[in-house]
Amino acid sequence: MWAILSILVENKPGILFKVTHLFRARNFNIDSISVGVTENPDYSKMTITTYGDEKQVDQIVKQLDKMIDTVKVEHLDEHKTVFRELSIFKIKLSNANDSMEVNKLANAYGGKVHDVKKDSLMVELTATPDQIKAFEELAKPFGIIDVARTGVAALQRSGAE
Amino acid sequence: MNNMENMIGAKALMTAMEKEGVKEVFGLPGGANLPMYDEFARCNIRHILARHEQSAAHMADGFGRVSRKPGVCFATSGPGATNILTGIATAQADSAPMVAVTGQVPVAMIGKDAFQESDIIGMANPVVKYAFQPRHASEIPEVVKKGFFIAQTGRPGPVLIDIPKDVQQNEAEMVFPDEFKIPGYHPWADPDLVAVEKAIDMLLHSQKPVILAGGGTIISSAFAELQAVAEALMLPVVTTFKGKGAFPENHPLSLGPIGMHGHAEANRIMSEADCVLAIGTRFSDRSVGTFEEFEKNLKIIHMDVDPAEIGKNQTAQLAVVGDVQMNLRVMVKLLLQKAIKKTEETPWIKHVKETKAYWQENLKLHPGEMGAAKILRKLRELLPKESIITTEVGQHQMWASLFYDVIQPGTFFSSTGLGTMGWGFPAAIGAKVAKPDVPVVDIAGDGSFAMTENSLATAVLEDIPVIVFVLNNFTLGMVAQWQRTFYDRRMIGVDQGKCPDYVKLAQSYGAQGIRAQSMDELDKAIKDALSSDVATVIDIPIDPEEDVLPFVAPGTSLKDMILPS
Ligand SMILES: Cc1ncc(C[n+]2csc(CCOP(=O)(O)OP(=O)(O)O)c2C)c(N)n1
Repeated sequence: MWAILSILVENKPGILFKVTHLFRARNFNIDSISVGVTENPDYSKMTITTYGDEKQVDQIVKQLDKMIDTVKVEHLDEHKTVFRELSIFKIKLSNANDSMEVNKLANAYGGKVHDVKKDSLMVELTATPDQIKAFEELAKPFGIIDVARTGVAALQRSGAE
Repeated sequence: MNNMENMIGAKALMTAMEKEGVKEVFGLPGGANLPMYDEFARCNIRHILARHEQSAAHMADGFGRVSRKPGVCFATSGPGATNILTGIATAQADSAPMVAVTGQVPVAMIGKDAFQESDIIGMANPVVKYAFQPRHASEIPEVVKKGFFIAQTGRPGPVLIDIPKDVQQNEAEMVFPDEFKIPGYHPWADPDLVAVEKAIDMLLHSQKPVILAGGGTIISSAFAELQAVAEALMLPVVTTFKGKGAFPENHPLSLGPIGMHGHAEANRIMSEADCVLAIGTRFSDRSVGTFEEFEKNLKIIHMDVDPAEIGKNQTAQLAVVGDVQMNLRVMVKLLLQKAIKKTEETPWIKHVKETKAYWQENLKLHPGEMGAAKILRKLRELLPKESIITTEVGQHQMWASLFYDVIQPGTFFSSTGLGTMGWGFPAAIGAKVAKPDVPVVDIAGDGSFAMTENSLATAVLEDIPVIVFVLNNFTLGMVAQWQRTFYDRRMIGVDQGKCPDYVKLAQSYGAQGIRAQSMDELDKAIKDALSSDVATVIDIPIDPEEDVLPFVAPGTSLKDMILPS
């Protein structure tokens, strides 16, 4: 099971280390991670995605909850949550046609095109990890020179609490 | 907000600790904590000098387990701080309340690989309940208040306060707060009435119910409640090793500890049970054997203060989260209200009693005069029931589990989580400081005692007369037993035969040293030790080949216990 965890923590130095260390020490896995300060500067919000069976995810949540610096830990329901990841692909352009094709592809996924050069361009994509993966598959034949991805950021939809 | 005052950080630390009721601390000084040490000259806190920081931490640990208030230990930066880590990790593994205060290099030197700098916060984080490093002197009062609160509430544990030298020296306006906020810390949950009611129902509807009492039962002092529940529902009580003595071991319903070196009758009954009320336990592999096998055909009711323990090692059909004493109290109340009191002996209880009687008569013991069982039963016979026992780690520890019955609950302490050799003696010193009026005995092996024997200096110079009861098999016995059993008798790295002479060693420290080679000598030695006003080491030579049995080999289940042949 793929799980999205939303973790509100005290905004203090060393907290990222503690959270990630907990995953290592307890033999859990981090699939992706993103951190940012909240509207209240005393708190940061981490979004961690992980894999595990129900029992494992339940344990992760409990262990995170037990940490004194974590204020609130939630296992978000994928279907009641808006979750996005930002990715930037640098894609190879081999002929004149490629540029148009890649542009079309980017448009189809709601991506933005940057840094267009003769033999490469960049696509910025904000989407779910699945969509990013789908885009990646379709972009592969052109040649992916480089890629950078953030972790997932997620918020529960209103009324879904 | 109250009590504003100008003072240096070090003085604020002492003042804040005095407000927490600290009367004794255990430690060893160095350059980076000298400003704090200087304040001992001007406050009402007694500093007890350890000879190694690990021992200082174990002393604080022993103090904390007995008094249920955080024991305090002090170390300097760098090697002092790293030395103390084993003691901190030991306290964490056994949920013992502790506050460790380390000196640190000045703030501006942090991260510069300064002399005696170590990133103790980074190293300790995985083994503390919480760690603080105040960067301004004015933070100290609140940090101390929070630290003591965290260490002793909920599931207790060690808290580290690492104070840079300049933060100790700087003057600031100190506010000693009465209140503070820790937004992410919720140590209490209300008793769960509904779950407790369900638990009673499950126990009443099972054929072979047992209680498994773990260390949490001792930590929350739920002794009277446990006994009331066991008696009302007529439930046999097994314990984990850490829970040993949560229930009087001379009670007819008591079967003693289960586990790798559990009592035969306890392991048998546990593996036959169909429903268990597990109280304050994390289901350690040493207690339950293989996890899958343990929970087969067993309904588990898990009571624990720590929600993260539920479902960690064993799947519970019913969870009762919260302080176990509070929840057991609710259970007792419900049982009274519903007038549930079993008086008739069920077939199960009859079977339990028969099983117990069988093993008490038929367990093969060492034939010699100085076999472990006889020695420990002699100790039991001569010690007042309120005496406090600590143990080291090894065969002697397991013999204590098997043959030393704890009659007054909550008087037996051991390093069961981390299994730290060298814990018992300094912990005994801490225990004696917490309870000076009762005899305190460390049941030791020669190997373990060798690890912290220099605490004799502390015991003698600080007038803390504890008894060290060395079951001396001249070997690292437990390892030797494994080598005999699993490694074809290849005895590597276990021989301790050549030295030292523990009688002379004790005497050289100014302690009393007695050798006991027969039961009569042992009888006399224990009596001499009990009436002595200096620490006493009783050296008891035993057969190096005596095994601890029964034994549940690692990776097997309680059913597969190896018995003496
Ligand atoms: C610090 C530490 N090092 C190593 C071990 C591994 N160990 C477990 S029991 C044991 C032997 C203990 O010997 P001793 O204290 O003489 O007790 P005995 O088993 O002989 O009763 C050892 C080495 C340990 N538990 N702790």
